[in-house]
Order: sequence, then C-alpha cells, then structure tokens
Amino acid sequence: MIEEQPNLPVTADQLVAEVQKLCTDGWRLVQIGVTTLGTTFEVNYSFDRAQIFRNLRVTLPVANARLPSVSGVYFCAFLYENEIHDLFGIAFDGLVLDFKGHLYQTASPFPFAQAPAPAAPAAKPAPAAPAAATQKPSA
Amino acid sequence: MSLFTMTGLVLKSLFRKPFTHRYPFEPRVPVPGMRGAVAVDLSTCIFCGLCVRKCPTQALEVDRAAKRWTIDRLRCISCGACVEACPKKCLRLTTDHGVAVVTRDREVFEHA
Amino acid sequence: MANRTIIPFGPQHPVLPEPIHLDLVVEDEKVIEAIPSIGFIHRGLERLVEKKDFQEFVFVAERICGICSFIHGQTYCQGVETIMKIDVPARARYLRTIWGELSRIHSHLLWLGLMADSFGFESLFMHAWRVRERVLDVIEATTGGRVIFGTCKVGGVRRDIDAAAMTRLLEQVKEVERETREIVNVFTNDGTVKHRLCGVGRLSHEEAYALGCVGPTLRACGWALDSRTLGYAAFNELEFKPIARTEGDCYARTVLRCDEIFQSADLIRQAAAKLPAGEIATKVTGNPDGEFFARVEQPRGEVIYYIKGNGTKNLQRFRVRTPTFANIPALVKTLQGCDLADVPILVLTIDPCISCTER
Repeated sequence: MIEEQPNLPVTADQLVAEVQKLCTDGWRLVQIGVTTLGTTFEVNYSFDRAQIFRNLRVTLPVANARLPSVSGVYFCAFLYENEIHDLFGIAFDGLVLDFKGHLYQTASPFPFAQAPAPAAPAAKPAPAAPAAATQKPSA
Repeated sequence: MSLFTMTGLVLKSLFRKPFTHRYPFEPRVPVPGMRGAVAVDLSTCIFCGLCVRKCPTQALEVDRAAKRWTIDRLRCISCGACVEACPKKCLRLTTDHGVAVVTRDREVFEHA
Repeated sequence: MANRTIIPFGPQHPVLPEPIHLDLVVEDEKVIEAIPSIGFIHRGLERLVEKKDFQEFVFVAERICGICSFIHGQTYCQGVETIMKIDVPARARYLRTIWGELSRIHSHLLWLGLMADSFGFESLFMHAWRVRERVLDVIEATTGGRVIFGTCKVGGVRRDIDAAAMTRLLEQVKEVERETREIVNVFTNDGTVKHRLCGVGRLSHEEAYALGCVGPTLRACGWALDSRTLGYAAFNELEFKPIARTEGDCYARTVLRCDEIFQSADLIRQAAAKLPAGEIATKVTGNPDGEFFARVEQPRGEVIYYIKGNGTKNLQRFRVRTPTFANIPALVKTLQGCDLADVPILVLTIDPCISCTER
C-alpha cells in the first residue's frame, strides 16, 4: 500500500494562517520535523485526519533561521518546537511554553544543524569507540 | 465492590511449584535456534573478508596473509549478518552466550 | 498564598522504565504544574544513518527501544521498501504481523505489571511478568532472541516459522490468554485497584484530539483511531476493528490495554490460519532515492518515520516521532491539579517509553 502523501510548499508568512485553517477543519498535528540540506533547512509539518495524510513544507536558509510558532493554534506544538530549537538552532516567535534551550540537555549546542557528512568509504575495523556513542560527526 | 479477587491466584501459587527457574542449580535447556555466540570453522574458511564487511558493529577482523580470523566479543550483537554473508557457510550461531569477557581483547582463531 | 515546593521526579524512580525528569511544583500535596526535561538517553541515532548503510541500519533501528523493538525495525523496513518500490512477499507480511502482535502482547503485559507496581500492588506486578515470560519464551523459540527479535530486513524477514513451530506458538498463545484472564479479572474488578484508577487523570474527548494524543491514550477518550486500519503488513486482509472507550481516565486506559491483549491474540490466530506459502524475502538491489512518511501502530500509539534517500547507500535523513513524544503534552496537562500520590500512576498511564522518545 502506498498512500498518497501530498506535500504542499508554504512560506514562513503563510504558515500560521494555513495551520489555523487545518485546525478548524479537524486535522490533528502529527509531527514537525527538520531536514538539514547543506545551507537550507526543510521544515515538515505533518497533519492527519481520519487516516488521510497531508504535509506542509517550509524551506529556509540555515543562517538566522526564524519561524512563527504554531503553538497558539496547536498547544502540543510547543514540545516539537522546543526540541527543534535545541537541536537545530531555529528560533520560534511566540512560543506558548518556552524552555529557553533547557528541554534537551546535549553536550554541544545545536548538534543537528551541521549537514550530514558525505558517505564514508568502507572503514577498516578500528579498535576505536563504537559509533553509537554521543559523539556528533563533524561536518 | 469486590475486594478479594486475587485470592484464587494467591492460593494457587502457594501450592504450585515456583515458576522461577532455579538457575544455576538447574541447567537451562537452550532453545534451538537461539542466537548465542558466533563460532567459526577455520578448516573451511577462505578468509575472503565478506563477514567483516557485513558486520554492523565492526566486531570482526580477517587477515588473509596470516590466515587469522579475530572477533571482539564485546562488540558482537549476535545478529547473524556474518552467518548469512559467509559464502562457505563456516560461521554459525551457537545456542549459548559464551564465556563472559571483561577486557576489550579480540579472540583470535588461527590455523595451527 | 500557600507555600510552593518544587519536588524533582526522576530521572531515577522505581516506577519509571526509562529516565525522564519532571519538576513538580507542589502546594500542600496538590501538583500545580509539571515541567518536563528530557535528554538523559539521547544517543543521536538519527545521525547514525550517515555512517551505516541503509541495510545495516535495521539493526540500529531495532535497538532504539527494547520494548517496542520489533515494530521499529518493521516500520523502518516498510519505509525503505516503499521508497524503493520493493514488493514484499505475502508470507513475510503475515509473519511480520504475527511477530508484531506478539510484541504488542508482551509490551502490554509489561505495562500492566508496571501499573500494578505504581500503586503498590507488587504481587500482581510479579504475576503479570510471569505471564510475560511465557510470551518471551515463544518469541525466543521463533526468532532466536527474547527482546531484540532481529528478524526484519529490507525486503522481507530473515527467519521462517514452519508448521510445527506455528502449532506450538498457537498453543502457547492460548495458555497466555488463559493466564491473562486471571490477572485481568483483578485489574477490572478489584475494589482497591478501581479506587486508585477510576476518575484519575481524566481527559475530555476534544482535549485528547487537540493535544495530539495517539494510541490507547486517545482511544480511551472515545476516538476509534488506530494506524492498523491503514492496512500495512497483513492488516488489510484480517478482520480488525479498533477498540475505544469513553471514560477517558486511567481505568479506561488500563481496561483498554487489557482488551487489546485479547484482540492481538485473536489477530495472531487469524493470521496463522491464513498464512500463505512462499518466499520470505525479495532481493534488494540499488539505493533508496525519494522520501516517505511510514506510519505504523506501536503498542503505545502511532509512530511515524520520515525517511529520505538521495541515491547513495546512506540515507540522507531519518526522523522518528514516537507515540510517547506525542503523549507528553497530555501528561503535562493531566498532572496539573492532581494529587502527589497519583503522579506515578499518571506518568505510567501514557505508557512512557523515553528511549524511543529521545532516540
């Protein structure tokens, strides 16, 4: 089964109005996620209503990333937006419950903001620490 | 409002033998197909290195020139990827977890 | 104005299966508000896709959590298979369904034990875990591992269950059902249990939807929403209707999970009866290129995996939004105004799996 997953591009200014429309229509917020692609962030807002899926996508540059918060419309968004702020460094205006960077205790600030490293060549097994430790790969 | 719904269960367990397995006084019968430690049959191994490439935790090391196959027991997660990858089928998962290790040394298997 | 104290709850607490920290602002035994703080078990698994190729990554995805391990692996495989347009053989889909429902039974029995422990009923906790041992033995006999199954791979499954093993599995499931009925009788009818659970942590019908709850937390408030109706794996060929209750309190959530154990046992029997013969895996060639949101029902609710590939053997982005993450706002809401003694019960009633939440 491959369900339809419509992806609608949206700008940061239209975001809150679009989300408000979905809320009044009875859609529930499923997740807010960010992908780092080099110098841009892609922010995905996913919604679901009666098992039908819809996605809004905002693209913004990494430097000075700011977005309006949707926690006024969906209260549960505060958790996603705080996590995104702590991991990626995107600032949100108008957060209903702001943890000011203390939700996620990480060793280095904004660890996910660096782009994924290029695929490593087949590594020789080295007696180094396993990759699953909390060391973030450098960009 | 019923208050003694658990009486039946309590009385039954009072007079039944305990459910707990008295390990190590009673040996545990291993289930066939259980994923335990990896064992190698060096007589059939051709030291091709496919198992090294497939291992997700990089626990294996193969030296073709010296005919040596080593495994880091603390990294092995008994997933069985190496067993599936071996072209000569000389690797298998045994049904016991092996001896406990406390150091990071690799266990070395060599042709005598 | 009365004196306010801040009591730290967690990260270590006998009732928590995994560490989460809550600062409880308390006024004379009534909790005014709760401030959560997470990050104790963050392992950065989302960045590990950069180092491990997409087929190896199943082993990592399975180990995101110990309780919901199989379904994490299954969702990952489903996501990658949809991007690469791989057709999984029917037998593999049915086997995944059977293992998924066994995983659900084991998770709910674990949770029932922890719930009994949270209000001090330790002997019931031990009995629930005794029944769970039987499920773990069944799982070990069919997959080789008690908790981490290791049977899902991109393209199908790695192990088969032959007819003899399937008969043994069904006998054991029947035994588990019989023993579970004895325990469920205590949860549903005992006066002391009802005294602790009824009326505690009530969420209204609209609140539960607006807060974005998923899983049993949502279904106990009157919404019959379950991701298994999407029809992944073998669910579009099995008879399945989501169970819902209307009270919305801790008692409703407990009884709902008990009912789900019996529903899962029934689903296993249906799937075993219809199990088709055939291959258990298809060969995988090439690399994933594209993106997809895979949605599957875990024991705790709907998990959503966002997988994006760019044609290389390492995925570009891997994001998991687990059901506990979606239920935390409901937790924060129900903790406002509750009694201090009810805090462990309310934390457990959403079925927190913090290692999933923080990957």
